[in-house]
Amino acid sequence: MEGQMAIESEVLVIGGGLGGLTSALAAAREGADVRLVSYKQSTLRQASGLVDVLGYTPDGDGPLTDPYEAIPSLPESHPYRKVGVETVRDALSLFDDAVPTYEGEHTDTNALLPTHGGSIKPTARYPAGASAGLASDTRDTLLVGIEEMVDFDAPHVAAHLDATGVPFAVRGETIRFPGDLRADAKVTRYAKLLDTNSEVAVRGRMVPAREALAQRVNPLLEDEERVGFPAILGDDNPGAIRDALGDHLGVDVFEVPMGPPSLPGLRLEDALFSALDEAGASIETGNPVVDFEGEDRIEKVFIEKNGAKIPNSADQYVLATGGFVGKGVESDREGVYEPVFDCHVPHAADRYDWFEGELFGDHEFARYGVATDDDLRPLDASEHSEFENLRAAGSVLGGYDFAAEKSGSGVSIATGYAAGQRAAQEAR
Amino acid sequence: MGPTPHIAVIGGGSTGAGIARDLAMRGLDVTLVEQGNLTHGTTGRMHGLLHSGGRYAVSDQASATECIEENRVLRDIASHCVEMTGGLFVKRPEDSEEYFQKKLSGCEECGIPAEVVSGEEARAMEPHLAKDIDKAISVPDGAIDPFRLVVANAASAQEHGARIETHSKVTDLIVESGEVVGIEVEHDSGPGKRVHGTEGGTEEIRADYVVNATGAWAGRIGDMAGLDIEVRPSKGVMTIMNIRQVDTVINRCRPKGDADIVVPHETTAILGTTDEEVEDPEDYPEEQWEVDMMIDTLSELIPMLDEARTIRSFWGVRPLYEPPDVGSDDPTDITRDFFLLDHDERDDLPGMTSIVGGKFTTYRMMGEQIADHVCGKFGIDADCRTADEPLPGSEDFSVLRDYMDEFGLRSPIGRRSIERLGSRADDVLKTDGPNPTVCECEGVTRAEIQDAIEGSGSDLNAVRIRTRASMGNCQGGFCSHRMASELHSEYDEPVVREAWDELLQERWKGQRHALWGEQLSQAALNYALHATTQNRDQDPADGDPVDFSAFDSGRGQTGGSVDSADVAADGGTDGY
Repeated sequence: MEGQMAIESEVLVIGGGLGGLTSALAAAREGADVRLVSYKQSTLRQASGLVDVLGYTPDGDGPLTDPYEAIPSLPESHPYRKVGVETVRDALSLFDDAVPTYEGEHTDTNALLPTHGGSIKPTARYPAGASAGLASDTRDTLLVGIEEMVDFDAPHVAAHLDATGVPFAVRGETIRFPGDLRADAKVTRYAKLLDTNSEVAVRGRMVPAREALAQRVNPLLEDEERVGFPAILGDDNPGAIRDALGDHLGVDVFEVPMGPPSLPGLRLEDALFSALDEAGASIETGNPVVDFEGEDRIEKVFIEKNGAKIPNSADQYVLATGGFVGKGVESDREGVYEPVFDCHVPHAADRYDWFEGELFGDHEFARYGVATDDDLRPLDASEHSEFENLRAAGSVLGGYDFAAEKSGSGVSIATGYAAGQRAAQEAR
Repeated sequence: MGPTPHIAVIGGGSTGAGIARDLAMRGLDVTLVEQGNLTHGTTGRMHGLLHSGGRYAVSDQASATECIEENRVLRDIASHCVEMTGGLFVKRPEDSEEYFQKKLSGCEECGIPAEVVSGEEARAMEPHLAKDIDKAISVPDGAIDPFRLVVANAASAQEHGARIETHSKVTDLIVESGEVVGIEVEHDSGPGKRVHGTEGGTEEIRADYVVNATGAWAGRIGDMAGLDIEVRPSKGVMTIMNIRQVDTVINRCRPKGDADIVVPHETTAILGTTDEEVEDPEDYPEEQWEVDMMIDTLSELIPMLDEARTIRSFWGVRPLYEPPDVGSDDPTDITRDFFLLDHDERDDLPGMTSIVGGKFTTYRMMGEQIADHVCGKFGIDADCRTADEPLPGSEDFSVLRDYMDEFGLRSPIGRRSIERLGSRADDVLKTDGPNPTVCECEGVTRAEIQDAIEGSGSDLNAVRIRTRASMGNCQGGFCSHRMASELHSEYDEPVVREAWDELLQERWKGQRHALWGEQLSQAALNYALHATTQNRDQDPADGDPVDFSAFDSGRGQTGGSVDSADVAADGGTDGY
């Protein structure tokens, strides 16, 4: 390790989730030489793939029709207040440009989408595959579940959706998926079968998978004008699969976003990695940052690879390692900490103050993360910046409850964009 | 002999269910009422130890002897609820050698097979034991699933004609001409299986005799007839680890003390416990220091516990009782023996007996003595058969068959299902449709969930205790909506939603005591899955109506979407 030449870049982004990817992309498009390193699988595979900006205020008002209108009244500690509403808009423009398979940019108004639990949720951007499923679209709907898939029970989802007051009739039917998939098949198995459109046996005859699936649904379709499936319609070719099913069925086809492992989340991750690759960034995944050097400035970080500590140095750094879920914020019985640079994480001394008794209470832990100045530099306990060349983006930030507000993706994109852009500007 | 006497048993814990089974098998008419789910009280809140008797071998040899006898009976009649892990009483260098010897001779005196093993041998059995453990005594402790055991007792009672009413709270004792002649109960959702949202109602249940088997709640029932039953409830914490750090029950070999036992239980290990007298069995503080003490003190035996992940903690209340003239100050001094209080003899109020004190391991023996007592009242001479007839699930069971192939289940899910179901596996797992896994942490399939729903109505917590679904690492994060969906084939959506919310809240309750490290990360993920992905915290189905027309209805309802229109241009793939 001593004397080993460091891998150099102008901007080094640590973390490969939505915040890190957007950050690296923004920095690269600003012309900087960017390197992104990530360790764990990104939490995108656990996310529905919807891009929320703000669905509810911290006081629980909502669903909000216009997320931008509410941003100026958020608490000052909120990451959106740090970057400002115009940066949120600019950041979403970058996202729209980088991920053209998403919709929603035609309006500032939130969309309401059905969830796999049967509720609806407000979101600002949605995959094209979900667009025919909007809850404000008044066309009657058939939901189709797969008997073997316990995560999406179509009759239950339909009944629950109906209870939310959606302005259309909705019905659920359950089919057995064509082909010989076992009861515990992963969503990627269904997706693969539809991607390849391999032939499956149907009553002794070999039929392409997409056609076979449509054949199962066709007799169940009544007057509905659209059909929703759980999000299993392909990993590589979702548009083509929906078109094929739509042609066979004579209606629009959509996907209902699902929980983990989430294909829409994985597709989004792929799209962002491709965009980043095209922008010329260098990407290293699978290895953790285990150490760093520097006092007021970070001089270099060390990435552990095959047992060796590889130095990486940059002029500017972005910390986008995620929150509690992504392990960018960790805790033990004594307290809460940020494991890479040991940035200060404000939190209550008594761990029984971290949560509330009610399941959906106003949990403090949900707002734990690093506090920053307006330039997104993490602050220490006395409110001075921890390192002059470190910015933070995404869920590692504190001061907001993304789950209650439905603001996770929006904050990651907005702060990622701001941190990446400013890092790139300062690197010159 | 006159008409068959009708006995009302109050309390659906191990004692009540054991009494109900025994009386029903002897041919009496039995109605058992329980205010919550079966095991709602103390039984559902214990560490799952099947005592060898070793723990009492010095301090209370009568209890120790009963324990080893019943230990052998339960291995036989409840084999599908028991895992014979074996147990060790381990001695650290600072623990008393004299006590170690007393423990050893005490075990011998009580007929408990006991053997000294060296520290090295103990660590060979359990590699995570502390390096400085001197030696240990091995005893036949085991792990037992209290939920499965009580459900099996209730099922057996039902097979013998008993009526079982859960979610039915006793609101009064009916006393006429100086005699207890029945109970008044408030059904949460009408008689029969619980269904959320079904109107409840009051029912008067006339009985020839009433058995009060409510443990820590016995005083509350006694109050209804002006009886003074001085139960001294004592709380104890149990902290659940996410894995089994040990496969053997580990006891600390010292006189008495908090935090001195680790019980491997299914996929987890349970640390216990404390012993603190409380006023009210339903309202007492659950405190951080208790959880910290479990981890810190038991780390002296198993150092890795210090850094290990706990998934939740829960508290139970022991129904301790001692005759008023004893007057122990410290609850740890109160006997673990049980007392049969015949209120005719004790208070001149015929028609009812209360049973207080006692231990889970000897529930069957207690049931036998109560049943003898009740039968005596009616001059019925019927033999107790509960020690000989296996419980449903433990009858003539062989695991030699290849269930995995037969039911299309993957290992280890198939194996775990079979272990839980025992001889009922055939009945439960033979389904027409596919049988996917609903709870991945505990390997619970749809067929088991459906079987539990059939037995317990729309109550997902009752499904949980029957199957272990949602009791693993994720604490329901990934499976609670699936369990709710399984209800929907039988129950309407609003009923399902209520049951679902109730399960989520119950799971949250215990996790609160484990919120640091990995489990806080898990809780944050669960919160995101439920609130972000499903929007269950702001579900419009539960709240104000939404003006759908004020939201984005899309770019237009015709034409292809942006990822499908031009796909052919790049060779039929849009890349995403």
